[in-house]
Amino acid sequence: MKKIVVIIAVFLWTGMQAQEVSKKLKSCKTTLQVGGNCEMCKARIEKSALKNKGVKYASWNADTKALFLIYNEYKTNTEKIAKSIVEAGHDTDTIRASQDRYEQLHMCCQYRD
Amino acid sequence: MKKRIGCLFVVFVSMVSFSQENIKGMIMVKDTQNNVSGLEGVSVYWLGTTLGGITNKKGWFQLPYQREYKQLVVNYVGYKTDTITVKNPKTIHHFLKESNSLEEVFIGTRKRASSKSYLQPVNHIEIREAELLKAACCNLSESFETNPSIDVNYTDAVSGNKQIKMLGLTSPYLLITQENIPVVRGASQAYGMSFVPGTWIESIQITKGMGSVANGFESIAGQINVEIQKPSKSLPFYINMYGSGTGRYELNTHINRQVNKNWSTGLFLHGNKRTTAIDRNRDLFLDVPKSQQINVLNRWQYTNLKTGWVRFFDISYLKDRKESGQVGFDFKRPQLGQDLYGIQLETERVAAASKIGYVFKDKPYQSFGIQSSYSNYVQKSFFGNNKYDIEHESFYVNSIFQSILGSTQHKFKTGISLTYDRYDEQVLLQNYQRDEKSIGGFFEYTYDSLEALILVAGLRMDSHNLLGNFLTPRLHVRYESWDRGVFKFAFGSGRRTANIFTEHQKIFASTRTFEIENSNGAIYGLQPEKAWNYGLSYLQEIQLFGRKIDFSMDFFRTDFEKQVVVDYDSSPQKVLFYNLEGDSRADALQLEADFELFPKFDIRLAYKYYDIKMDYKKGFREVPLQVKNRWFASMSYQTLQNDKGGLWKFDTTINWLGAQRLPDTKDNPLKFQLTKNAPAYSLVHAQITRVFSDKFEIYLGGENLGNTTQKNPVLGSDRPFGDYFDTTIVYAPVVGRMFYGGLRYKL
Repeated sequence: MKKIVVIIAVFLWTGMQAQEVSKKLKSCKTTLQVGGNCEMCKARIEKSALKNKGVKYASWNADTKALFLIYNEYKTNTEKIAKSIVEAGHDTDTIRASQDRYEQLHMCCQYRD
Repeated sequence: MKKRIGCLFVVFVSMVSFSQENIKGMIMVKDTQNNVSGLEGVSVYWLGTTLGGITNKKGWFQLPYQREYKQLVVNYVGYKTDTITVKNPKTIHHFLKESNSLEEVFIGTRKRASSKSYLQPVNHIEIREAELLKAACCNLSESFETNPSIDVNYTDAVSGNKQIKMLGLTSPYLLITQENIPVVRGASQAYGMSFVPGTWIESIQITKGMGSVANGFESIAGQINVEIQKPSKSLPFYINMYGSGTGRYELNTHINRQVNKNWSTGLFLHGNKRTTAIDRNRDLFLDVPKSQQINVLNRWQYTNLKTGWVRFFDISYLKDRKESGQVGFDFKRPQLGQDLYGIQLETERVAAASKIGYVFKDKPYQSFGIQSSYSNYVQKSFFGNNKYDIEHESFYVNSIFQSILGSTQHKFKTGISLTYDRYDEQVLLQNYQRDEKSIGGFFEYTYDSLEALILVAGLRMDSHNLLGNFLTPRLHVRYESWDRGVFKFAFGSGRRTANIFTEHQKIFASTRTFEIENSNGAIYGLQPEKAWNYGLSYLQEIQLFGRKIDFSMDFFRTDFEKQVVVDYDSSPQKVLFYNLEGDSRADALQLEADFELFPKFDIRLAYKYYDIKMDYKKGFREVPLQVKNRWFASMSYQTLQNDKGGLWKFDTTINWLGAQRLPDTKDNPLKFQLTKNAPAYSLVHAQITRVFSDKFEIYLGGENLGNTTQKNPVLGSDRPFGDYFDTTIVYAPVVGRMFYGGLRYKL
């Protein structure tokens, strides 16, 4: 019984995924939580987000740590964007930056407690 | 928050590091039971430097130490900010006291009063309010005394007017805008800058070289934009009183009100008066005119952050009267029938402007704006027997749409502009009328590599009833070649119609006659002007002994393709106006260094070299009354704020002006001949400001402390109706040393 429920759930889930694929937006708005401290961090975070093809707009707020994004879902996705931010040394709500990369950040940008 | 403040400091610390001694210390607090504990996260830094750090969990900090560092600032939100005097690098133990109000939160970094932009691709200088307060700055034309990029010159011996120059070219070659709407143009070219009261100005942006195509085709040497105080951000009440040793009194009052959630309004009133007759050089001509002015501005501002709409509506009225000439002239009677020489200028201006802006919902990178303005400017004047009246009605609309191509790395601006100008002039007995209409479209693309390169390429196309159809290309490139070292390149063209009478109306106060060589052009028989401008700038921030030095170097060349040559040399009784045949170019080089010698003591040094030559009838020669070499130094010092926010400010500016060529007067009798060159001289201005609190301050200052004056500014002053009378050849101040004082009260 349990197995059947799981199977149905998986089916439903993939179905939803498929539906979402067909509903891709050219200007999708989203917000990611990104760790950082200062203006230097802001520039670095926004830069690394914008370097992804398909990202139209990126604005990070140092107070709320929120990165507001507008991007084209046909060209990129949040995973890809998050990955490039992490590569620049900043943690996101889903992935953490490697210790190595983090330590390369400027002294003042080391936001982790 | 704390971390971010610390962070800001580090941003400015350069990568250059050198071995230093260290100083250690502990920041502690006592609680109500007198228990001592270390405080974590306190920001500690050397005053006036960017060196700082944050205490660790136990309250300890460690900082580099140098003997020059004497005062250590300890700052933590919720506690009183302390400054500790450090004589030697011993371990410091310091207790912080709680502060009761948030007002005392100390702002650690001090913004410089004016700064050059490293980021923007154009050669851009921002002058903030703090810079404007360094000198009396009664009006816009006097606001540049402390800035080396703009030279302030005396125009003539009678009007007391000052004219500005940039890159060695006079203000008609600059685009002067008020919140990006052209204001000082056409009829207001000669005196318009003195009609913007200093206290109304929030900030000034100076662009050297061609500006953006979005602002029209007129700028040739550069652009000066003035931001006026915004009702929503300004103080509810402000009053400024000023009085000078030459009998000039000024009163400025600003009242700002928030009407409701979205609307706010401001009323700005300015009045000035001089009734005393000043003739210190005893040539029987007033050294500065008697004058009075009333200037009123009412602003309405609407901001709605939810919907994204911003609107501004301005309405203003100005009435100005200047009276000059010989002491004893009766201004109640006409010139005719009086033996003395009189000069009177009466100006009245009514203007209205509106700005509407909209930021698209959910598209923060996309916006639309429309600016429009109307003004009617009437000047009625006589200079002895020469009568000159001008009426200029002007209408301007500009719309701008901004968005992106793919991402914010590729931005664009596009729009349409419309202008209409009607001129009606009465020059002596002749009447000149003309209408100027133009419509134009522009497109400007900005590329940001997100690293070192920013490129702005703009093109506009205009159709003008007198200038024809033409293209205006402009290009700006900014490249950061290494850390804090920025190169900028600018290139572009500009055009304008030369309003020869109003721009050179000082000639009326002389025996000289206007002589136009008609070439069947559309404007007084002359062709419109066209020039190309090229500029290269280099900015570098250097860290030396723990201090920041901003160094900049720029070179600009303006090449005129078509120009109206103003020739004073052909005869001392004439000024010839003709279309350029041959070459005309203006080269300008500027070197500048800005640094803080010790905490709160700022120094700015500049050297300027100008080489401005054109083909006159008598050959390729230097433009008269142009200083070739100039040195500039300004120093400002500020004491520490006391508990009430009181402090002292000291500012001085020194200008050294090299020799300048004087117009040819060889054809005059010996008595009325001038030397070939004017001597070099220097000018010193100084001001002391005493701030008692953030509400009240007084200032005292002196202009031209060395009492430098021109010996005989009025040539042939004994016979103003004779053949050799000339007030136009002025190369140095007419009035000598002048003291002034004033107060500012804010609520």
